[in-house]
Amino acid sequence: MNRHMPRTLPTVLLAGLTAGLGTSLLLSACGGKGPEPAKTTIQVKGSDTMVNVAQAWAEEYKKVEPTVDVEVSGGGSGVGIAALERGTIDIADASRNMKPEEIEQARRNTGKEPMEFIVGFDALAVYVNKDNPLNEITLDQLAQVFAEGGTITKWAQLGTQIPGVSDDTIVRVSRQSSSGTYEFFREHVLAKKDFKLGSRDMNGSKEVVELVGTTKTAIGYSGMGYATPAVKMLRVARMAGGPAVAPTVENTLSKSYPLARSLQVYTLGEPQGAVKKYIDWTMSDAGQNILQDNGYVPIPISSRSR
Amino acid sequence: MTDATPSSLHTVGPRPRRRTWAVVGEKALEAVIRASGVSAIFFVLAIFFFVFREAAPFLFSDEFKPFEFLFSTQWYPTSDINVRYGTWALTVGSISVTALAMVLAVPFGLGAAIYISEFSGRRQRETLKITIELLAAIPSVVWGFVGLTVMSKIIVALTGAPVGVNLLNGGVILALMSVPIIVSIGEDALKAVPDSYREAAQALGATRWQIVYRVLLPAAKNGLLAAVLLGVGRAVGETMAVLMATGHAVNLPHSVLDSVRTLTANIAAELGEAPAGSPHYRALFLTGVLLFCITFAVNVTADLAIRGRRRL
Repeated sequence: MNRHMPRTLPTVLLAGLTAGLGTSLLLSACGGKGPEPAKTTIQVKGSDTMVNVAQAWAEEYKKVEPTVDVEVSGGGSGVGIAALERGTIDIADASRNMKPEEIEQARRNTGKEPMEFIVGFDALAVYVNKDNPLNEITLDQLAQVFAEGGTITKWAQLGTQIPGVSDDTIVRVSRQSSSGTYEFFREHVLAKKDFKLGSRDMNGSKEVVELVGTTKTAIGYSGMGYATPAVKMLRVARMAGGPAVAPTVENTLSKSYPLARSLQVYTLGEPQGAVKKYIDWTMSDAGQNILQDNGYVPIPISSRSR
Repeated sequence: MTDATPSSLHTVGPRPRRRTWAVVGEKALEAVIRASGVSAIFFVLAIFFFVFREAAPFLFSDEFKPFEFLFSTQWYPTSDINVRYGTWALTVGSISVTALAMVLAVPFGLGAAIYISEFSGRRQRETLKITIELLAAIPSVVWGFVGLTVMSKIIVALTGAPVGVNLLNGGVILALMSVPIIVSIGEDALKAVPDSYREAAQALGATRWQIVYRVLLPAAKNGLLAAVLLGVGRAVGETMAVLMATGHAVNLPHSVLDSVRTLTANIAAELGEAPAGSPHYRALFLTGVLLFCITFAVNVTADLAIRGRRRL
């Protein structure tokens, strides 16, 4: 009865295997390391909010220091910090501060003290679709939309009507729980309460903005550097009746925008050699100009490295 | 063999001795093959053991509430104020995506199997088989990408759903991924029905459709069932594609246009950040055990069905 079994099944498997091998070969060809052994590699991992600027830095740094390879990957601040605790990377990017228990864990695992460097600032923008007539929102309204037990589920409750949609249920777009943006939002908007279940939890800052851009009834939060023409950033007021502030560079630096935050990198122990040089460079004028070009807010001139 | 002269072939004496390396080589090869056979069992047990070992401390801790774990929809592993580990919404997500995928894939898969095995000409059959097997060669992350970018736009345009990444999207993508398995194994099952059955039916004046419906399907039903169940196993275990296509929302779906999250996608998304050894980490391993139990049940059912087919 198994006349054909031996032929077809292995063919399917073989086809799958070939494709798999092909992909991995292709990948290794792309990410292949140069043959010269003198290259130093700096491993950077963490925040998805910072991944754009981290990659821009890494590319530019190749021109400054051709013998140093900076490898950047995202995954979320939590992922970067977890990797730093295991000692598998040189630098962790984080859009939130390390928690005391995480610092403790890093000490226990590696015997070294995590060091923090603030490399820039970011405004956490609240995005809606460009067709949404709403222009401002209060922190309390945001909490009612996003927090567990919150009562706002329809756009009508926010006093707005989106043209051309029949169902005005608010589509909440959030982040996966390893994201620093997720934790920052939970701490500063939801007052540490939990998120309402049922939000679309995206795996990156860019995905949030993309989904909001294609969904008329969506609301989401992401770094201000990820704005596109398809979305609109809301002005945010600390309380009802208070002034609503737009997420801009000036408002972030003056702290008048309620959802401004610092972006930091962590190392294990005082950074040495190539890693120290790299962090210094990101905090220099050259590095900060790249940061600004990517839509983040640079650190004040006085605290930059030369 | 250098001393083997023609005359020695005819003399009755001690058997010509094989060289030692040939004997040893054969024994060694035999041992290697036996080891690879047995290793499959060993690996399955080892995987289950290690997954279970990571989950066990949580299973036996005070934090573990079996009823909450299985039947609560509240999945808050990183909450600051009230940590809850309820996987019901994830289980329902996995089951609903799989069920939808099977509703779409089974008619197409079995239809294609019947067509290829019974109706198509030789050349057409080869072309179809190669094309369908090529479907199985597409990596799952590529399927996920198709779901995220192409399929979601189509779904929004056709249904007016607010969000294109949802149960329907995941179901369609998974259906496309399971069809090749169902077709390949289903076609084998149909081919395994002896030609004498077809000839007998034809001699009795049955039309081709009657042959398929009245003779082949009942005769091959075990094999077809196995094909479907292996497709189910593929769909339940798929991670990357559903992670990207279903919208990743912890949510009990009320319609096919709602977003869901599956057990597999949840593990993939959260394991990277969960500190090793934390309750969250162990809870994720426990969802792994749950998943293992589900796929095990599916596979055992498939296996029993296949064994039923062998008895045919």
